[in-house]
Amino acid sequence: MTKLINFQTDPSTYRHWKVGYDGPVATVTMDVDENGGLFDGYQLKLNSYDLGVDIELYDITQRMRFEHPEVKVVVMKSGKDKVFCAGANIRMLGGASHAHKVNFCKFTNETRNTFEAAEDDSGQKWIAAVKGACAGGGYELALACNHIMLTDDSSSSVALPEVPLLAVLPGTGGLTRVTDKRKVRRDRADVFCSIEEGIRGQRAKEWRLVDEVIPNSKFDATVAERAQEFAAASAKPDVAGGISLTPLARKIDEAAVHYSLVEVEIDRAGHKATITLSGPEGDAPASMDEVVAEGDQFYLLRLARELDDAILHLRLNEREEGLIVFRSQGDADRVKAHEDLLLANADHWLANEILKYWKRVLKRIDMTSRSLVALVEHGSCFAGVLAEILFAVDRSYMMEDEFEGDNRPLATILLNGSNFGTYPMANDLSRLATRFLGEPEAVEEARGKVGEPLEADEADALGLVTYILDDIDWDDEIRIFIEERASFSPDAMTGMEANLRFAGPETMETRIFGRLTAWQNWIFNRPNATGPEGALQRYGSGIRGNYNMERV
Amino acid sequence: MHDLMNVSYDTQIPNNVGLSSDKRVLKALEKWHPGYINWWNDLIPDKFQQSLVYLRTAVSVDPKGWAKFDYVKMPDYRWGVLLAPQVEGRTIPCGEHAGEPAWQEVPGEYRNLMKRLIVIQGDTEPASVEQQRFLAITAPSLYDMRNLFQVNVEEGRHLWAMVYLLHKYFGRDGREEADDLLRRSSGSEEAPRMLGAFNEETPDWLSFFMFTYFTDRDGKMQLESLAQSGFDPLSRTCRFMLTEEAHHMFVGETGVGRTIERTCQVMKENGIDDPYDTDRIRALGVIDLPLIQKKLNLHYTLSLDLFGQEVSTNAANAFNAGIKGRYQEHRLDDDHKLTNDTYTVWDFEDGQVVRKEVPALTAINMRLRDDYTRDAAGGVGRWNKIIEKAGIDFELKLPHEAFNRKIGVFSDKLFDPDGTLLSGADYDAGEKGWLPTHADGDFIQSLMVQVTEPGKYAGWIAPPKVGIDNKPGDFEYVKLAMA
Repeated sequence: MTKLINFQTDPSTYRHWKVGYDGPVATVTMDVDENGGLFDGYQLKLNSYDLGVDIELYDITQRMRFEHPEVKVVVMKSGKDKVFCAGANIRMLGGASHAHKVNFCKFTNETRNTFEAAEDDSGQKWIAAVKGACAGGGYELALACNHIMLTDDSSSSVALPEVPLLAVLPGTGGLTRVTDKRKVRRDRADVFCSIEEGIRGQRAKEWRLVDEVIPNSKFDATVAERAQEFAAASAKPDVAGGISLTPLARKIDEAAVHYSLVEVEIDRAGHKATITLSGPEGDAPASMDEVVAEGDQFYLLRLARELDDAILHLRLNEREEGLIVFRSQGDADRVKAHEDLLLANADHWLANEILKYWKRVLKRIDMTSRSLVALVEHGSCFAGVLAEILFAVDRSYMMEDEFEGDNRPLATILLNGSNFGTYPMANDLSRLATRFLGEPEAVEEARGKVGEPLEADEADALGLVTYILDDIDWDDEIRIFIEERASFSPDAMTGMEANLRFAGPETMETRIFGRLTAWQNWIFNRPNATGPEGALQRYGSGIRGNYNMERV
Repeated sequence: MHDLMNVSYDTQIPNNVGLSSDKRVLKALEKWHPGYINWWNDLIPDKFQQSLVYLRTAVSVDPKGWAKFDYVKMPDYRWGVLLAPQVEGRTIPCGEHAGEPAWQEVPGEYRNLMKRLIVIQGDTEPASVEQQRFLAITAPSLYDMRNLFQVNVEEGRHLWAMVYLLHKYFGRDGREEADDLLRRSSGSEEAPRMLGAFNEETPDWLSFFMFTYFTDRDGKMQLESLAQSGFDPLSRTCRFMLTEEAHHMFVGETGVGRTIERTCQVMKENGIDDPYDTDRIRALGVIDLPLIQKKLNLHYTLSLDLFGQEVSTNAANAFNAGIKGRYQEHRLDDDHKLTNDTYTVWDFEDGQVVRKEVPALTAINMRLRDDYTRDAAGGVGRWNKIIEKAGIDFELKLPHEAFNRKIGVFSDKLFDPDGTLLSGADYDAGEKGWLPTHADGDFIQSLMVQVTEPGKYAGWIAPPKVGIDNKPGDFEYVKLAMA
């Protein structure tokens, strides 16, 4: 699987989804093109999906938020008879490399989190209208919706058949959402997750697996009715229209990806990618009306889209670059001024969407299994939302004092009010609160410095960076750190970093990712699933998996 | 010990499975029974329920004694639970357990797979009765009406057989599935039958004959493969069902044959040699041969769809598990495991219909379908003999497997009956010559008149050569109740 995976798409090129808009209600119809798989060697039968199908769904969720703020309810349904969605394509999983599977599952769950949070974040409530078989990843899609409606035609069911059928887990949120979100009793969950055919009819409701079970003849009408009810009850303000998400300005070279505000430099020999973010070219707009007029060209939105794409590109297409270095260059005050406009108008729909989008992009950085380092150089603009990157990375290095022959402004960090809760991590704490879990007073001390450019010694004293280095040490220390990092086992790094990044309380989100990373990925590596005689490899051959019965 | 050769009538349900000593299953079945009777009573128009029908009832599984004929009202028909006698020392015929003793209880690891197969099979049995519920009103003779009812009650009994297995071997889940078999209903918006072909009404008698010839033959092939099951009670159940299924095939083959015979006869009497002179032929009140070909095209291809995808994981799993064998598995000379074998299937690559080798395990459906096609070709040959004997230049043919398919590799492309890939325009232009049109349907419908005088037949169909149970030509097969 060496072909380039492109995360950019638009409705004119969708192969697997249809989206209909009718005032406050949108309908998202899954109708997967069997022959539209991202790779050769499998057909996407029965509305099964691969990464390509998910990329389109992600695009839909983004456009729903930015292009269609008038939408208050989104109905997800199937365009096929007798099947809602059969889940991730098994042959694709069987043929994919481990790294591809892991990245695929991660992106899939990030997309699910996006529409799952749409109700709280944007007042867009997702309804799963389930007709036909809804199995595995198909039920996980429904689980991520805010309301599940199931038809009672005596054959439609919801199911998580991974364990009995494939010897893997419904791990992309399935198990966790059943217990933590749907709050299904654990013994019933045990039964449910052990039977291939799933649960249908009233029992699905009794067991809390769905919210409503509806007679088949009334199903479509009831779904439509429910959508209207939810829309009428929505507190989301009416918005006339959205903005357009136009294609990104992006050029991919052999060793670089160029965007308008983001540069990605690939050093394959050094297993390193450097992401440089540029500050705004001009002053912040005076009002939200101007932001709306700028649309997707508004600095913070353009930057978020480009950074989001760059991270996804590195995750899937540049898998040996184990270290990602974040840099920035630009005017920190202007960055802050742009963000301040959004924060001051947080109840404006577009300001809210941009802030929430940054929350997701920053979480995507948290969740990226590469060693992350930030370099706070002279001339950098780590202000407010961009300063969050400093608290997302594993280590940060900051230039101290003047460097010979460098006439850029001295390196500073500019905190903003947003650093204290606007962009919570998956654990629902701010990055600073997570960073100072044992020293809550340090968070308050930092809060006292909002709006003050903090030079190296002060940033160091406040604990905002790992090391500050002067002209004499900078080059060597950075080089040694990078070389050392590149020499470690990538697996050990991934494990160590994931353990250290998410201190503090567990949430459903942290549990899903944690369990996905630990359990699902472990099972994906075990012979019982993916060995030559494993169930996943043998699926479709008619021959059962041959299990090593030793419990580990 | 119960006597396997003598059906026990000491309980409400005739059976040879020792039901009276199996309190748990007896209780479940007796609880299910009222629902079944309600289903039956709601289904068939009351006038026919009250009529006396000359039906055969299975009183024993002995080859000589399983068909006992007498007049009976259909609601009083004794739907029993009858299994073919147990074969001593029977082993699992195929898959990874081949050669091990056949299972007398459901193995836990295959419980769901087996249950699903039984439920799907069970779902088709009442479905066909539902599809055919209005046909008696236009029966072309009492003989045909009786055959319809015979097919109906036996489909009902086959439902009983599947329900018995669900009750006996699948616990609470099995009881729920058995209830749902009565809840689903053919063509229902609320809860349709599981397979698409079983949700279409059977609109006329030619459709009924085509259905019993082609679609019941699919049922026969499915039963043949389940008769090879390593789960012995399922195998025994299906083996006995097959003896009854043969009659359904007979009704279909002779029904189409008698229609052809009558058409040929009327053409001859009126000096028509050209089978395509359809206006004149239709004006004489018989069904032209090209229309019979169109009906054949439709029913054959719908039935092919019932075999599922050419390459199927479920079928592979079922074979390898030993739950479902191939047609005549016990007569095949190979290792019965197929782990290293291949089989040739149709595929569609680069705009071409091609034959392709795939692992034999995954091609179990295709193999069964090929066996089906060979089996179905036999009757077509006999129909052609009737036409030939009448001296008319016309030959009925099974269309190419690519034609008119909704499932499988050909499903999203258009082909003519010879298997040539066509453009949309070419297909539209040819379609009315290949498949029955609404006008064809109207014409057939116009011939459907009920004939209830013993020994008389509607004008579009010839009388049978021999009566049922060797009864004379004017035998009153159905004593109709006065409505």
